[in-house]
Amino acid sequence: MLPSSRRPASCDCSRLTHDQEPFEARTTVPTIRTTLNRRSFLKASALAGGGLLLGFNWSANDALAVASPAGVPDDLFEINGFVKISQNGLVTLMSPNPEFGQNVKTSMPMIVAEELDVDWRSVVVEQAPFNTDIYTRQFAGGSQSIRQGWRGLRMAGAAARHMLREAAAQAWGVPIEEVTTQAGTLYHRKSGRSATYGEMASAAATMPVPEEVQLKDVRDFTIVGTSRKNVEAKKIVTGQPLFGLDYYRDGMLIAMIVHPPAFGLRLKSVDDAEARTMPGIVDVFTITTFDDDFERGFFDTNAFPELVVVVGRTTWEVMQAKKALKLEWEPIPDSTYTIGGFGGAQKVRVPAGLESTTDHIKRMAEAAAGPVRTVRRDGDPEAAFARAARIVESTYSAPFLAHNALEPMNFFAHVTKDRAEVIGPLQAPEFVERTLSARLGLPPEKIDIQMTRMGGGFGRRAYGHYVIEAALISQKVNAPVKLVYTREDDMTFGIYRPAYHAVFRAGLDADGNLIAFHVRAGGIPESPLSANRFPAGAVDHYLAEEWALESNITIGAFRAPRSNFMGAVEQAFLDEVAEAAGKDPIAFRLELLERARTRPVGENNDYDAERYAGVLKLVREKSGWEDTRPSGVHRGVAAYFCHNSYAAHVVDVTIEDGRPVVRRVCSAVDCGIVINPDAAVNMVEGAVVDGIGNALYGAMSFVDGVPDKSNFDTYRMIRHAEAPKAIDVHFVENDIDPTGLGEPPFPPVFAALANALYRATGKRLYEQPFAPQIEQYVQEATG
Amino acid sequence: MARLNLTVNGNAVEVDVAPDTPLLWVLRDHLKLVGTKYGCGIGQCGACTVHLNGLPVRSCSLPVASVADQSITTIEGLSQDGLHPVQQAWLEHDVPQCGYCQAGQIMSAVALLNQNPSPSDEEIDAWMNGNLCRCGTYLRIHAAIKSAAGKL
Repeated sequence: MLPSSRRPASCDCSRLTHDQEPFEARTTVPTIRTTLNRRSFLKASALAGGGLLLGFNWSANDALAVASPAGVPDDLFEINGFVKISQNGLVTLMSPNPEFGQNVKTSMPMIVAEELDVDWRSVVVEQAPFNTDIYTRQFAGGSQSIRQGWRGLRMAGAAARHMLREAAAQAWGVPIEEVTTQAGTLYHRKSGRSATYGEMASAAATMPVPEEVQLKDVRDFTIVGTSRKNVEAKKIVTGQPLFGLDYYRDGMLIAMIVHPPAFGLRLKSVDDAEARTMPGIVDVFTITTFDDDFERGFFDTNAFPELVVVVGRTTWEVMQAKKALKLEWEPIPDSTYTIGGFGGAQKVRVPAGLESTTDHIKRMAEAAAGPVRTVRRDGDPEAAFARAARIVESTYSAPFLAHNALEPMNFFAHVTKDRAEVIGPLQAPEFVERTLSARLGLPPEKIDIQMTRMGGGFGRRAYGHYVIEAALISQKVNAPVKLVYTREDDMTFGIYRPAYHAVFRAGLDADGNLIAFHVRAGGIPESPLSANRFPAGAVDHYLAEEWALESNITIGAFRAPRSNFMGAVEQAFLDEVAEAAGKDPIAFRLELLERARTRPVGENNDYDAERYAGVLKLVREKSGWEDTRPSGVHRGVAAYFCHNSYAAHVVDVTIEDGRPVVRRVCSAVDCGIVINPDAAVNMVEGAVVDGIGNALYGAMSFVDGVPDKSNFDTYRMIRHAEAPKAIDVHFVENDIDPTGLGEPPFPPVFAALANALYRATGKRLYEQPFAPQIEQYVQEATG
Repeated sequence: MARLNLTVNGNAVEVDVAPDTPLLWVLRDHLKLVGTKYGCGIGQCGACTVHLNGLPVRSCSLPVASVADQSITTIEGLSQDGLHPVQQAWLEHDVPQCGYCQAGQIMSAVALLNQNPSPSDEEIDAWMNGNLCRCGTYLRIHAAIKSAAGKL
């Protein structure tokens, strides 16, 4: 079956941008026109009584209370949407983007602080509300927060610094060029005058916003590039309320949903007689998140638009009442809905039926046999394969995956006749606002969206159905409500990483040179292929084809969408090809990358061959790849480019008591300038652990439409003892503007592990998850 | 419904709840102590870990009636101002990513070090295996426990 261009794909969120300007500058532009980001600079205004602002913001960090030498501010002046300075010198920086563990709440303000030139210890950070008048792209996804925020954040800090210097220049009657700054103090060296930022804050707030500002030379950075602790760490370790599930308001009710037990079913009838009489229950009703004719947005993915809702006083009481509902379900018919945005409204078909994994596997194998769509063709692949001395062919597959963010989906909503207030964990407030506005019939200015810290996201919280549900429930019961999903509700709701399948063929000449490469990839319900990725560009004869199958099981972005499969399998395949060619796997890749760098084949190759080679060289050096390996250590390597950055890993595996143990992982990453090195290391460590966990255990499967796992007793997750014993992370040092970190290190982990396990067992791993096969392979290998 | 007396973080409190209500929801919904997290509800993830008479328990699976008149410690009561050596070690190693599991991790770690002041790597692995971290901060958790060992 041919893929439909109308299908909502698991978004590669790196493509979601409000700004078409390229951000790949290799050198930093010293002067920058602030008009680029005019919306970031509302009329500068003085805010009296800053305590008010800090007082109600329950998610502000507590540097104010514990770390600030400045104490509680008296008057607070807003210099621009990112910077507020109090008279006593306390600097409040707004962190615009949602935080789900990528640590942007620390790293984004660090960038502002760098250009503002303040002492980091005098900084407190607040989560900014969703506000398109001030901020752009308040979105957590695509590894883009830092990459796309970089210029705007620097500009905000530099513009505020300029206004402070301007204020000092006017106060002292000196040219602004003679006013310098250091760590929150303004100086005029000739006259020996100085003033703190706090002393100039009120005047600075009235200065005109500069049309252009001077940015620091990256070599003069004193905050960016130095490790700073997570600004919320203390709140986290002391259990303070931070997350959506922790949100509370007087008079708030608790709501829970019941969704169909299977994909392909919908609600037929509700008997709530018993549930209604149970203690603490306020109401039972159904909601329709989206009517059939509602034009859905890109992140409105939802297999279960009609839900049963139980509202009550406490979570446990509502959980009990849910169990007392007597519900009947019926099969869905074939249907279509309309999805808007990204190229206009389109129809999406939802097939009827109760799907099973066993059937999916058969259907994927059939689809891979053709017909398929050709996406890229270089040279004459058929002729090259015909003359190849040797052809290597392998087929790979991977199952659906559940995100399993540890904080289940939840949201607070208070909707009144003319206003909606929603507060909670979400990655994509802009998209939710659009849908909420349409669904509630309220203009965006009547909708207030506040973002709490998220207990994980991994892509799942880009899909805001639960926000719409919470709002509809609040509207119905006319009260503030917190919607809470149980773990089971969350894990069985859909929006999974798709199931994928790929067939690779490589043609080698008699000297072991790669002369032809063929990839045919597809999935349910989307293809994972990125046809212009390596090794495209490095092979004269290249063919990339794709296919897709329809399904009523919903899918969504999952850390490094599509790449999380393609990186895993392509890099495992290249290991096999290198072996067939009789070459070292790193040397083999470097040879291809050198070809791509010096004599690239075709156009639109989407990677920088030099940076790609750079991470391989760094990981080769740091892992001691060429040294003698300790006895019993089996080593695998992989590298990948996605989401604008480059990552390579070397995984060391030993076999102990019949089981594989990951002793050590050495990682090399090129993401451009690293903002907060220790936090960046943490992120890479997490990607490594996540990759090993999902490679070994990750799987969601279905029997007659029913997800066969609904909690952590059956859905196996990597645990403490299974994590690598050591992870060494190294970054390529360069002056390239930041290119993103959350996703790029994730995909190649799967392949580096598979390649190491091959060395340990002599068996290639073609099907994810690996754990079910490994035990057998280890037994065979060790006798 | 039943009136039950609990001792939470050294404070005597009375709650009026169904006796089968898990301690987790009494802490979160009734006592507004939300540092103890809900992750799975079946004792598989450890996010809800608290101390009952000094021993770690999964509060999501513990009916409140079974802990009446016993001493319960939650993350909020572990220390004054987050100065417990394990919390300090967590800050030193900048352990959290999303942070959702960390209260449960810390409560498990404190219980470990209370009964085994200098655990081996294998003992830490075994003890901490019941606490899931979806972000994958296990190496930092491990390192923080090693740092805190001997400081309790």
